[in-house]
Amino acid sequence: MTVGRNGLDPDAIRALVREDAVHRDLYLEPQLFELEMRHLWRNTWIYVGHDSQVPKPGDYYTTELARQPVIMLRGTDGQVAVLLNRCAHKGTKLVGAEHGHCEGNLLRCPYHGWTYRLDGSIRTIPQKAGYENTGFEQSTAARGVVRLRNVANYRGFVFARLSEEGPGFEEYFGDSLSSIDNMVDRSPEGRLEVAGGVLRYLHDCNWKMFVENLNDTMHPMVAHESAAGTAKKLWEGKPADAPKPMAIEQFLPFVNGYEFFDRMGVRIFDNGHSYTGESYSIHSGYSAVSDYEQQMERVYGAERAQRILGEVRHNTVYYPSLTIKGAIQAIRVARPLAVDRTLIESWTFRLVGAPERLLQRTVMYSRLINAPTSTVGHDDLYCYRAIQEGLAAQGNDWVNLQRNFRPAERDSIVGLHNGLSEVSMRGQFRAWAKYMTLGMEAPA
Amino acid sequence: MRGPARPDEAALVRFVYEEARLIDEKRFAEWYELFTDDALYWMPLTRGQPDGENHTSLLYEDKLLLKVRVERLAHPHSFSQQQPSFCQHVLQRPEIESADEAAGAYVLRTPFVYVETQRHHQLVLAGVVRHHLVRSNGGLRIRLKKVELVNCDAPLPAIQLFP
Repeated sequence: MTVGRNGLDPDAIRALVREDAVHRDLYLEPQLFELEMRHLWRNTWIYVGHDSQVPKPGDYYTTELARQPVIMLRGTDGQVAVLLNRCAHKGTKLVGAEHGHCEGNLLRCPYHGWTYRLDGSIRTIPQKAGYENTGFEQSTAARGVVRLRNVANYRGFVFARLSEEGPGFEEYFGDSLSSIDNMVDRSPEGRLEVAGGVLRYLHDCNWKMFVENLNDTMHPMVAHESAAGTAKKLWEGKPADAPKPMAIEQFLPFVNGYEFFDRMGVRIFDNGHSYTGESYSIHSGYSAVSDYEQQMERVYGAERAQRILGEVRHNTVYYPSLTIKGAIQAIRVARPLAVDRTLIESWTFRLVGAPERLLQRTVMYSRLINAPTSTVGHDDLYCYRAIQEGLAAQGNDWVNLQRNFRPAERDSIVGLHNGLSEVSMRGQFRAWAKYMTLGMEAPA
Repeated sequence: MRGPARPDEAALVRFVYEEARLIDEKRFAEWYELFTDDALYWMPLTRGQPDGENHTSLLYEDKLLLKVRVERLAHPHSFSQQQPSFCQHVLQRPEIESADEAAGAYVLRTPFVYVETQRHHQLVLAGVVRHHLVRSNGGLRIRLKKVELVNCDAPLPAIQLFP
């Protein structure tokens, strides 16, 4: 359907997304998944890592962007660069470890020993004379390791766009970047550092199910009844003035009612980004941490400190690869592996200069909610798997996303909507259709 | 579990085998009672992880969280358990690492293989578990169960029962 005799057909791809429904093939079809990796995930800005992971020149961190192995490193110029983890010779991955330091500030291939400077240029090739009079200088290999040209470091958050052409970073994310601002501003020193470990959770489902769930407000009171509801029931027996353990504070809001989630609001930006929790969220009720508020007021002044701390957004979606919870300094990164397989990484941050109790709260939240052992996560993943399997049933090709659809959306969906709306998902698929077909020419 | 007032090696070793059996037979209410009030069930995320307060873990459950977990398994709307999970521990003979008779505190070390299944999915985990046991009311109870998976840093699927 999408791959005609003459090649890709952008109209056929766009036809998979309607204004209020999407075709089930988006979740099932391996061919579409491959196209997503080659088009959608190349034309958009994908989260790589945080610059605190590579503090010194020569430090590196490796990951995959749309299944392409990359190295994020700190160059000798002090800037963060992203290179393809691939030797210019025969394609060997240059670096095998997840993170480390480049010996002598050089990348050295383990196979034949080619070395590269941190900007990717070739430094030495053993027995170089063997390339004389071969035309090597004109080869693509001579250009060295491919260094991604489109890399942005926004307040420590490093993103890359794999494609040569495409939207600029600020143009792509727009005001949604205010969520990152809020997370970083919560540090008295205006800095975050990765801390507390990374959880890696294998999801046997399509990556879009995870992304759609992030601002899905109609599910917590249903899907999480057994987990958060049990915590709530166990706590109900306690005296009213009993101090709530941190774990209970974190579990309970998951079974708040529909009105809570509706009034919370969801804000939509162009290009698939959004966040729930305009005025408050499930993170609003956490106990104060001693001296932190006073510390923030000393640094920022009372008015600005209250504005920063008063912003308690729930999940911000940076489509397609990243979600952040500024209020507790936790992020999750989607790394698609196959049409029905996704790795979700949960990273946490220390607010530099703030009390360590905040990091302790963050690592607890991550464990309770994001770990492969999380009872909240078990029921989410169960539902994703249930969709992955349920959609195999034929008879209706369309997945319904009509909740709170308004005709005005045809002009624009940007702005604040009622929290229960499925508009965030409609916005994600608009971006899907746009960036899947960006630069794609219709068959002749 | 009741036992001799001053447990001998056999009683300590038997405790570890029987704790695993309670989990495998899904006798969770009895299993829950094996833990002291201040107990922790800890599955670190990294090798040599120093603590569970400043670093996240796969599990770091106090008794309240254990109760939430155990009660949830019996909840009619535990959707992820609509098709129930089952597990089987296979243990190497527990070894007593330390014994403080005066304090009534003992540490046992047990390499294990743990299999958890759900429908046609099977998950195999392996590692070493350490039980920190204390004498209590003529028997033994768990103050700390620390499970160190050999692949703690690998991407993991859902783990729904108790390695």
